[in-house]
Amino acid sequence: MKLSTNFVKDYVDIDVDLKTLAEDMTRVGNEYDSAEKLIPATKLVVGKVLECIPHPDSDHLHCCKVDIGNEIINIVCGAPNVREGIKVIVALDGAVLPEITIKKGMIRGQESNGMICALYEIGLDKKFLSEEDKNGIHILGEDAVVGTDPVKYMGLDDEVIDFELTANRGDLLSILGMAYEIGAIYDKKVRPVDISHNEKGEDINKIFNVKVDTENCKLFLARKALNVKIGDSPDFIRNRLIAEGIRPINNVVDISNYVMLELGQPLHFYDADKLGDTIQVRMAYSGEKLTTLDGQERSLDENDIVIADGKKSIGLAGVMGGFDTEITEGTTNVIIESAIFDGVKVRKTSKKIVRSEASNRFEKGLDPNRTYMAMERAVKLLEQYAGAEIQTGTVIYDKSDKQDKTIDITSKNINDVLGAKISDEEIIKVYEKLGFTANKNGEKITVTVPKRRLDISIKEDLIEEVSRIYGVDNIQGTLPVTPMKMGTIDKTEREIRNKMIALGLNDTLPYILINNKDSHKFTNDKFEELKLLDPMTEERNTLRYSIIPSLYKLYEYNKSHYVKDVNIFEIGKGFWKKEDKYGEDLKLAALMTGEYYLGMGNKKNVDFYVIKGIVEEILDYLGYENRYSFVIPKTEIAEFHPGQVAEINVNGEIVGIVGRIHPAICKELVYVSEINLEKLLAKKTGKMKFKEISIYPEIKKDIAIVVDKNITSDEIAKAIKSNGGKLLIKSEVFDVYEGENLPQGKKSIAYSLTFGVNDRTLTDEEVNPIIEKIVAGLEKSFGAELRR
Amino acid sequence: MKEKLEQIYKEAKEQIEKIDMTQGLNDLKVKYLGKKGELTSILKGMGSLSPEERPKLGAIVNEIRDSIVIEIEEKEKELKQKELNKKLEKEKIDVTLPATKITRGSKHPINRVIEEIQNLFVSMGYDVISGPELETDEFCFERLNLPEGHPARDMQDSFYITDEYLLRTQTSAVQARTMLNYGGNKPIKMICTGKTYRREDDATHSHQFNQVEGLVIDEKDKNVSLSDLKGTLEIFMRKMLGEKTELRFRPSYFPFTEPSYEVDVTCFKCGGKGCNLCKQTGWIELLGAGIVHPNVLKMNGYDPEKYGGFAFGTGIDRLAMFKYGITDMRYLYTNDVRFLKQFDRFEK
Repeated sequence: MKLSTNFVKDYVDIDVDLKTLAEDMTRVGNEYDSAEKLIPATKLVVGKVLECIPHPDSDHLHCCKVDIGNEIINIVCGAPNVREGIKVIVALDGAVLPEITIKKGMIRGQESNGMICALYEIGLDKKFLSEEDKNGIHILGEDAVVGTDPVKYMGLDDEVIDFELTANRGDLLSILGMAYEIGAIYDKKVRPVDISHNEKGEDINKIFNVKVDTENCKLFLARKALNVKIGDSPDFIRNRLIAEGIRPINNVVDISNYVMLELGQPLHFYDADKLGDTIQVRMAYSGEKLTTLDGQERSLDENDIVIADGKKSIGLAGVMGGFDTEITEGTTNVIIESAIFDGVKVRKTSKKIVRSEASNRFEKGLDPNRTYMAMERAVKLLEQYAGAEIQTGTVIYDKSDKQDKTIDITSKNINDVLGAKISDEEIIKVYEKLGFTANKNGEKITVTVPKRRLDISIKEDLIEEVSRIYGVDNIQGTLPVTPMKMGTIDKTEREIRNKMIALGLNDTLPYILINNKDSHKFTNDKFEELKLLDPMTEERNTLRYSIIPSLYKLYEYNKSHYVKDVNIFEIGKGFWKKEDKYGEDLKLAALMTGEYYLGMGNKKNVDFYVIKGIVEEILDYLGYENRYSFVIPKTEIAEFHPGQVAEINVNGEIVGIVGRIHPAICKELVYVSEINLEKLLAKKTGKMKFKEISIYPEIKKDIAIVVDKNITSDEIAKAIKSNGGKLLIKSEVFDVYEGENLPQGKKSIAYSLTFGVNDRTLTDEEVNPIIEKIVAGLEKSFGAELRR
Repeated sequence: MKEKLEQIYKEAKEQIEKIDMTQGLNDLKVKYLGKKGELTSILKGMGSLSPEERPKLGAIVNEIRDSIVIEIEEKEKELKQKELNKKLEKEKIDVTLPATKITRGSKHPINRVIEEIQNLFVSMGYDVISGPELETDEFCFERLNLPEGHPARDMQDSFYITDEYLLRTQTSAVQARTMLNYGGNKPIKMICTGKTYRREDDATHSHQFNQVEGLVIDEKDKNVSLSDLKGTLEIFMRKMLGEKTELRFRPSYFPFTEPSYEVDVTCFKCGGKGCNLCKQTGWIELLGAGIVHPNVLKMNGYDPEKYGGFAFGTGIDRLAMFKYGITDMRYLYTNDVRFLKQFDRFEK
């Protein structure tokens, strides 16, 4: 909401400068975006063009001699409408205009010591200007005094504060509401609104009917203005509308806007001669058609409130009038509507059609007293500025509640919440400044809140008013006195993050929204994709299930920015719908490519075993050592290299996946993994518990066997373990070999076996039979041959 | 005889001095001190001497023998040192050559700030609570006193996936969940951090961003008041932005608190003097806060006659940007590895 200070000064005195006013309003909760002069241009004077001759070197410029009061200066002017004898706006040397700064100089060889200005050059938006002013310099009236301030002459010497109001303060969407607020800050009285006017003729109730057939209209007033003379509005109305950001049209239309700005009540004017003798308010029929005043045909439904003439709809209540009954240059008689429509309904309709100054005010709620006041104000202005005769009487439909609200409160209530010590007297003073009445009765303060403050309904609202006007700056900061206890936090996620970082990966925060085409990638899980009803872009129209698509996007971004070594991870949510249930799981995903660690001659590129190592580190760190295995997926997952992928099985359940991205998707060697942390962390872990350390040396024995290439290391390790007995502490692969010296389809795999026991040194006599047993087992299970 | 002994000593000393290898020294040891060595043979020949002279000569031989032993030992030490030095010289490397780089990962600035905030509030006795990001309309809006059609819903244009489910627009959604969990009869002191989503994307807004939410509720007679909220936010903001930070409470409107405030902090770029970041006001709007609305308490199982408290929330992205001087919000979400790598160390 823009506040024209000239406008508000009609109702309240302001003794402070613009910036102070804006800051003080901010302190009471009304934040401002900008506070500026309506015409910010400097060094402007009224000048009279004494001489105007064509520029010798130009087909459109003119050389002018301009009287600016204390001297006559030369100005080269390019406007088509410059001519001798007119009074104009002159920007002097050094003048700062919105687009340029004026400097003395030569224009095509002719001296030019200033600029004759158009209105848009001094800061008025072209949308507010007449055709003439859009295309040339502004010509001032004959009565403008040479050498004086043209902005003041035009009445544009206004200052405007643009406020960003909170959603609850609908009352501030009016100059009068602003006046009350300013009055509260500076303890000034608000002047009454002038609604005096004459009435004539028979009562309108005898010739005009209002029928309200919906709950969604609580108050509807109609009056009639006769014999209006359509023309331009007086300057003060035009200028104030411009200051408020509304384009002036003609005196009648301008008055309806002016009153809405002034009092916050939107009005609608109908051409009475096109309307008939009835107005009906009802809900639209489904599929009902209406051409609104912008010429568009709208299709309505039973949630839209419409104004009808008894038969067909003629306007969308609170949103936009109809084309057929619009005020035109030929209008002579006007029916004025001042009404209250349901905010939620107006909001829905306006969201569909167009948000307007009017719909915004209906949405925020209106004071019924103001509905009456606005009607009287409108007829007063129509009489004064459009030559209207006001027909006697008002058609009234009124089911509204106009009762002021009364709330009891104590200073203890207030001070307990604010943590302050504000006296009863100070509290009462605050309410009086706000224009409320406050009466003390023992402890109790009874506050009567005028209907205009629709945002106030409970004690807490009254407490807020005290904190606003009294000022939070005057309240000392303390800390809550609550029972001493330790704060709690589950640090698992943090620990996993720190571990991943320690392993050399970079923590990321990618977007969770992805394209729906990617939502089933990198997984065989069954779930329904979660598409947004109203996405901002197709690129991000779906919630991710797996984190990997998010990370892959980051990889692509980095790659396109020439970053080749990308080792990243995220701990974040993956979302799903399964049957009728919606849910989300915390997941850990990693993507690795390029060099993993660096150093002279010591580089290591990421391969499957590096990322598998990262996964194992995390699993071991979280306590799942010896409780997991890597399993080849039963069905292929299209996005993974079919020969380089494994599911992560913990305690018998698949909790994640690790593998290389399929070369058809990405020709670089990119590896990804994902673990569902909810599933993983639900699994039991081993306890961290001390085990006695053996003082006896261990025995290490190496064996190498030749087996079919397809036998996995995991299968062999299991067989070794089952035949190794208690004395086998550890078995580790230390070499895998295929090729020369081995038959086709065979591989050699070498294990280092460690034996030991707590109470003695083992001997070869004890260990050798175990090794024989292991080898025999391998021969039997896999047809393995011991390599000698 | 005595002369001969002195001659032997002189000779031995000269030879020892000349030696430059351990092997040669061993030969000399044998030559002078060995069983067939020169001194031994003199001792052996002592039989021809008179009983008076024998001990005298014996003493001289022993004296010379000891001297030679010392000479040899010293030489030995010297040679060993020399050889060690030679070995060390050989093993010398260029220590300025690059190290074998052990990979070090990095922690995203947002997560750094989240952890800092969590640590601060845990130290003040708050519980860190988390909630779903895919929320229901009920928890995101209705239970926070934002019924359908409420104009304030406009402030938070949302990503719905059905009429009921949406990505949470604010961590405030966790307020209601916490109150219901605590069962309406226990005091609450919690914060919640995490991702939030709104339907807007421009230079200063990302459709995905991060918030922290705080909620303190206690029995009415404990007076968890606005001044407590003020004190709490002062500690919070001074920890994050520096001790000199001042706060300004501007009355505002949120449906879930009453009274409500927007809280400005001293501009972190200019320190309050006025600059382009703070639009010359000296203040930056950073938090929303207020006293929990009685409707919110009631809807979530707390009796507003008996319980009361405060809530606050703020965006984390801007705090992180300020803290690390990040100039463009988009860096936080593009996750360029060259950006991430800048956040790879310990901070006090």
